[in-house]
Amino acid sequence: MKTDIAIIGGGPAGLAAAAAAHDAGVKDILIIERDNELGGILNQCVHNGFGLHTFKEELTGPEYAGRYVDMVKERNIPYVLKTMAMDISSDRVITLMSREKGIYTVEAGAIVLAMGCRERSRGALNIPGYRPAGIYSAGTAQRYVNMEGRMPGKEVVILGSGDIGLIMARRMTLEGAHVQVVAELMPFSGGLKRNIVQCLDDFGIPLKLSHTVVDIQGKDRVEGVTIAQVDEKMKPIPGTEEHYDCDTLLLSCGLIPENELSKSAGIKLDPVTKGPVVDESLETQVEGIFACGNVLHVHDLVDFVSQEASVAGEKAAEFVQGRLGTPVKEVGISCKGGVRYTVPASIDLGRMADKQVVRFRVGQVFKNARIVTYADGEQLSSVKKRIMAPGEMEQVILKKDVLQQHGDLQNITVAIETE
Amino acid sequence: MFKKELTCIGCPMGCGLTVTSDRDIPEGEDTFPVEMRDELTVKGNTCPIGDDYARKELTDPRRIVTSTVRVRGGSLPSVSVKTDHDIPKKLIGSCMSALKDVEVDAPVKMGQILVENVCGTGSNIVATKNINRVQ
Amino acid sequence: MYDVIIIGAGVSGCAAARELSRYQYSTLVLEKCSDVAEGTSKANSGIVHAGFDNEPGSLMAKMNVRGNAMMEQLSKELDFPFIRNGSLVLCFDADDEYKLEDLKKRGEANGVPGLRILSGDQVREMEPNISDKVTAALYAPTGGIVCPFNLTIALAENAADNGVEFRLGTEVTDIKKKDGFYQVVAGGEEYSARVVINAAGVYADKFHNMVSEDKMTIIPRKGEYCLMDSTVGDFVHSTVFQLPTAYGKGVLVTPTVHGNLLTGPTATDIDDKEGVNTTAEGMNELLKKAELSTPNLPRREIITSFSGLRAHRPEHDFVIEEVDGAPGFVDVAGMESPGLSSAPAVGQYVAEIVQGILPAEEKTDFIGTRKGIPQMRYASFDERKKQIEKDPAYGNVICRCCTVTEGEIVNAIHRTLGATTVDGIKRRTGAGMGRCQSGFCNPRVVEILARELGVDEEQITKKGPGSQFLEGYDKEGIRA
Repeated sequence: MKTDIAIIGGGPAGLAAAAAAHDAGVKDILIIERDNELGGILNQCVHNGFGLHTFKEELTGPEYAGRYVDMVKERNIPYVLKTMAMDISSDRVITLMSREKGIYTVEAGAIVLAMGCRERSRGALNIPGYRPAGIYSAGTAQRYVNMEGRMPGKEVVILGSGDIGLIMARRMTLEGAHVQVVAELMPFSGGLKRNIVQCLDDFGIPLKLSHTVVDIQGKDRVEGVTIAQVDEKMKPIPGTEEHYDCDTLLLSCGLIPENELSKSAGIKLDPVTKGPVVDESLETQVEGIFACGNVLHVHDLVDFVSQEASVAGEKAAEFVQGRLGTPVKEVGISCKGGVRYTVPASIDLGRMADKQVVRFRVGQVFKNARIVTYADGEQLSSVKKRIMAPGEMEQVILKKDVLQQHGDLQNITVAIETE
Repeated sequence: MFKKELTCIGCPMGCGLTVTSDRDIPEGEDTFPVEMRDELTVKGNTCPIGDDYARKELTDPRRIVTSTVRVRGGSLPSVSVKTDHDIPKKLIGSCMSALKDVEVDAPVKMGQILVENVCGTGSNIVATKNINRVQ
Repeated sequence: MYDVIIIGAGVSGCAAARELSRYQYSTLVLEKCSDVAEGTSKANSGIVHAGFDNEPGSLMAKMNVRGNAMMEQLSKELDFPFIRNGSLVLCFDADDEYKLEDLKKRGEANGVPGLRILSGDQVREMEPNISDKVTAALYAPTGGIVCPFNLTIALAENAADNGVEFRLGTEVTDIKKKDGFYQVVAGGEEYSARVVINAAGVYADKFHNMVSEDKMTIIPRKGEYCLMDSTVGDFVHSTVFQLPTAYGKGVLVTPTVHGNLLTGPTATDIDDKEGVNTTAEGMNELLKKAELSTPNLPRREIITSFSGLRAHRPEHDFVIEEVDGAPGFVDVAGMESPGLSSAPAVGQYVAEIVQGILPAEEKTDFIGTRKGIPQMRYASFDERKKQIEKDPAYGNVICRCCTVTEGEIVNAIHRTLGATTVDGIKRRTGAGMGRCQSGFCNPRVVEILARELGVDEEQITKKGPGSQFLEGYDKEGIRA
């Protein structure tokens, strides 16, 4: 089997990439989805707050996904469900497996990676204690409550104040559970302010910053957890332990791009984002394989996933059509002063669009700081921001004409500067 | 003398807002009457969004409520739902109680009204997802 | 009246059951947990020791070397993963190198083949991630790794296929010595047998002491471990031990048969025979010690940590014998390391003892082999294709981290002594053992278990009664 563009993942990224590739003139597309419906994890995100940027209205997760599913269906873009991509080769042959069709391969002209991310597990957090039932990642609990109408517990403690954890604090409370506390290791929450107010404050759920779980009790089912304050080095402070009787511990401690398939194709990953290293076209270091959405870097808002995925879809189409442009010169983007990474990590002056969006995250909270860009040390732009936080994605726009004025451009720098 | 601390949700700044008033919230109420809106004193905001947010929160706080409703004969046991408009914050609990015994038959279409005028709020409970019928 | 009752379905009890099932005995295994291999047998290093560090002449020395020699053949007969990857004992100080020589001599006295002393550079050539501080090492080519729970499960399944009865979730609460037999009270029922085999792990002292005045003490010795992702499974290739240093007894770093990297164990004597919690201190100590061997240990790739209890006897040797003054009551006690390595030999040894007490004929219809669950993640694409043609459920991936399919999970449920819990599925198939630690597959495994067992999802547990995953439906707890 052959296809012009194979898109791995039918979540918000994959759907937006497919629609954009189609609109760019490539009709022979195949979306590969492992679940039994399109939409990805948005199907279990029943809360509202999606789509303010894209649709100028507040949608729930399933509604936002539904808009993109409709776009794909209107365009008659083919997709397969309940199908797992098992392997990608560097020459873009994908091995697929499903109940109905067994194992088969698809040769793709281009591939868009849109597999999303997974949650950090208890093991990765190294939380001591027993290993009973009742410890869930927030997303697992979300699936039980929102998709299956089942409660994973009644007396709940949540570790991590990422948005999924905050959202689940409200969901569990509304559905009749008692959420006792949300503990956060960092001195700030990684979640949106709005979620802290509307998911915790509205229900009187305390948020304990600089706290972590230091023990889990219960041999069969969780019977309690101990929470302690941590010092600047994130080490628990003896004597600050507090015990909570509970039957459930939810973990919302960060997301990690799921790049096992990318590795099978030999794609180079960025140690900071854990996603593929991409250039201005969101092309990975393996020719013809593009990446977007949470498999590339974890986003804060799905709107930005859709925007990014549209670019990846367009670029994949241009690649297939032979119009992606010839690389002229690759210029690396350096991070400075609190910028943790940039996507893309480099841009090619020949292939870049007139305006190139560069997305990044900062490593700490900055107030009244500036995002400054430099070309070989010469300042290009400086934008003042009242607040920047690790939980939110930031962006700068690089202009092609400005960069082209730098004769022999070697390096672009994105920096945070405080006054 | 009334005093309340709030966190503004207008942007990631999350300004700490302090709202004060000579008068107290009327007995038995959760909020000030709407007419009191402009008589409240708001401090701590760094932009007009915070001011507006605090006045609204203390006179007429509203929320969209999202949840799920049980489905008979569907591809999934429940369908995600929301209130089609925001409802008074103090009615969130009543709204959830009202959904407790609701059960609908598949298929369910996105946007389909499942409960009309929930708790007399004028808002309907609508499905936010399609659920197919399975035999 | 049974001929034999075995208390405990760990690796020793199941090995004994399997060997006894060669003979015309009626055998019953009583296990308090809801699955086999739920105690020490599920949480240990998974090492098949070469057998060089046991005291020559001890039962440990004898059983270990014999068990090691039997393991490969057994792994073929019973289809469980075993790899003879070799082991190294690292020395960090030239002044200590004589200890390697001592170990080598001891190993040779025990009959361990192929022992060699390597220089530090030779070691690093073999294992590039080993510390520059290593001056020499003892290399034992016969050292191996095994899946401890699949070994136990395989032995149990084969025993059951040969007629051994298993009562799981049935805790022995009392043993009464009668005239020529024993009455065993378990799960509220009474069972009688001419021979009782006490393979109760950390509880072996409790049962021994019910029938003997010569009291035994088993101390639960906790060992904590960290398991790392399969992406770093090739960090070391052999099992890397340490000579004891000024910091105390060392820890090992080893690949596992599932392709992960494992480090551990600590050693802390505790009181609680169910005290399998991990501790922050334990983890820190363990990782620091492991970094002596391999300074670049990929800590960031840790996917889980766990702890197990070794059944430590202060005398530090196995006790496998008919108890003095309690004819027909056989202890299989103090089965700490190298208990796993020794298991095949221990099974045979127990059968010999039982033959002495209650002679019986060999069966003519003994089934010597057992086939494991087809594992799609290790299969070639051609093999997978064939398997899916036979049963399409093998095309439906449930655990994405470890590529475990619905077919494998259903197989695990419906085979002999099939899984009834999520942990049972995990140990039999690997579902939930990967980097996401069941975040994605837990709801789906629960659903399949409920469907195949014909019960509600709320009744599905992690590891038996009290460990259910679900607590009712949404909105049930809303107070009006």
